[in-house]
Amino acid sequence: MTELRITTALIVALSTGATIAHAEAGGDAERGATLFRQCSGCHQVGEGAVNRVGPHLNGIFDRPAAESEGFRYSNGLQRAAAGGLVWNYESLDAYIQDPRALVSQTRMSFRGMDDQQERDDVLAYLRLYSDNPQDIPESAPTAVAVDHEVAPEILAIVGDPAYGEYLSGECTSCHQASGAATGIPSITHWPAEDFVVAMHAYKGGVRAHPVMQMMAQRLSNEEIAALAAYFEDVD
Amino acid sequence: MKFNRRAFIGTAAATAGTLAAPTFARADGHGKPRVVVVGGGAGGATAARYIAKDSNGEIDVTLIEPTRAYYTCFFSNLYLGGFREIDSLGHSYGTLASTGINVVHDWATGVDRDAKTVTTAGGYTIPYDRLILSPGIDFVDGAVAGWDVSAQNAMPHAYKAGSQTELLKSQIEAMPAGGTYAMVAPPNPFRCPPGPYERISMVAHLLKEINPTAKILIADPKENFSKQGLFEEGWNKHYAGMIERVGPDFGGADVEVDPAAMTLSIDGDVNNVDVCNVIPAMKAGKIADIAGITEGNWAPVNAADLSSKMDENIHVLGDACAQGDMPKSGFSANSQAKVCANAVRGALTGSTVFPARFANTCWSLIDTNDGVKVGATYEATDEKIAKVDGFISETGESSDVRQATYEESVGWYDGITADMFG
Repeated sequence: MTELRITTALIVALSTGATIAHAEAGGDAERGATLFRQCSGCHQVGEGAVNRVGPHLNGIFDRPAAESEGFRYSNGLQRAAAGGLVWNYESLDAYIQDPRALVSQTRMSFRGMDDQQERDDVLAYLRLYSDNPQDIPESAPTAVAVDHEVAPEILAIVGDPAYGEYLSGECTSCHQASGAATGIPSITHWPAEDFVVAMHAYKGGVRAHPVMQMMAQRLSNEEIAALAAYFEDVD
Repeated sequence: MKFNRRAFIGTAAATAGTLAAPTFARADGHGKPRVVVVGGGAGGATAARYIAKDSNGEIDVTLIEPTRAYYTCFFSNLYLGGFREIDSLGHSYGTLASTGINVVHDWATGVDRDAKTVTTAGGYTIPYDRLILSPGIDFVDGAVAGWDVSAQNAMPHAYKAGSQTELLKSQIEAMPAGGTYAMVAPPNPFRCPPGPYERISMVAHLLKEINPTAKILIADPKENFSKQGLFEEGWNKHYAGMIERVGPDFGGADVEVDPAAMTLSIDGDVNNVDVCNVIPAMKAGKIADIAGITEGNWAPVNAADLSSKMDENIHVLGDACAQGDMPKSGFSANSQAKVCANAVRGALTGSTVFPARFANTCWSLIDTNDGVKVGATYEATDEKIAKVDGFISETGESSDVRQATYEESVGWYDGITADMFG
């Protein structure tokens, strides 16, 4: 990862924006890569990155908000985009510090990163995939944070969204149907596969949350698929 | 369906009390099926919302609820502790009304099970095909010697949220230095099993800030209480020496109050107190009794669809029903409401009825960022709603876990109130 740091230094040296130069002067992309693991459950970045629970982050710098093709953004983020929000150092820094402070109705379920140095590190890391996508490291993409292996035959189950809608009543006692996340994560518009993987991770005890383990343990494979199908396309 | 009071009163006068057509045509024979929901809390608001939402206009839904702003009992303890503003607990019915539910702000005062009508204090008679009662709790007369509802200003219960909660807080804030806050805790079963003890925690938190030499005295008729190990650990940690609980072994069930003298007698020992929070024994909200579907203090229901065991056209949700293993909580009522809504819709429109499934989780706050929770899943059996599986926070958890639990509870509040009120 030494190359990464050199690249960052070059960017800083070439940067014309004083604020960005200041910020990224302190950013360590290698540490940022490690910190990004907090994000990689939802976001991919790097070669082959695609939209998952969250949009991919290649080329995020200087991109207008809510413009990753094919991703279904929250109303909050669409409104922010209509209001002219562009992702640059300042806006990204504010967003990862406290997502809801910047975009009140975002579906991004992240409590925020308080530490300025950590934010600088993450942004230095992300910057690599904006300015010099051709420099994406030769190693495997950061992408795809699968925390739990699910058998292909389970992933192949086609869920019944009508049954999923009924079952979703058990979810919406806590998770908001609007997708708003204010202490409990948003679960709307996830790719069905990510939803299924997450639920099986709870069911199998790989993910630790006691309420979610309890709820998942009595859901059959078909019921999990039904919920995934419903929440993927919920209005 | 619009509700025009003036026109309606005119009709009533003209027909000498037969309050039927045209505003509320009789349901049998023609028109859309009608569901009347009494009580706009966690059970009733959720049931009304889900039936209206999922039937896509095929069912007329009327919600009868006397208050225009509903204050949630859950999280009202956090207001006492200073963690919430009272306004943050209030919710209007505007969104439900705008999605097609006929919201009638009135008291339901009668149920004619043969005619299948509900009458209200305002003089209306509203027909139903299915009636859903979710009236919450009332207090058992004479449950605490010396106390009745006329004494609730001197000795508040604050167990129906709103003005009572504000009154209790102002009394606590006005306590003399080193004064005593007393609670008469209720016997089982009652609304929100951890509620009195979360309240003790929140009162202690407030007193620690404004009146640190004050004392808390609890007279409790129960041997044990919900999350006892967690609460007692927290009280020792945060409020050492402040809280004394007198259980039934020492007369905690033998109490008498004198609201004029501000005394609480426990097993004959008279205590002068500055605030006396009397939480009497509870029973189903009055309308369940009026409808004649109670047995003892509660309304027994079938587990699969929350239908009354005494009338298949009436369903009872939440605190008021006797259903089996679920605790009386807002979460339980919300969970039961969705099962009931699915069953009622199926009965009236032929939509698919999926198997009943229930869940509950109760969060409690002990001190700043020290949250705990208990929860379980349930299923419908022939006899009752039966517990399947459960969990509870552990003693000795890290402060990070406790903080995360508290933050989660804040998210849950937003989630369940969105699920109730839209």
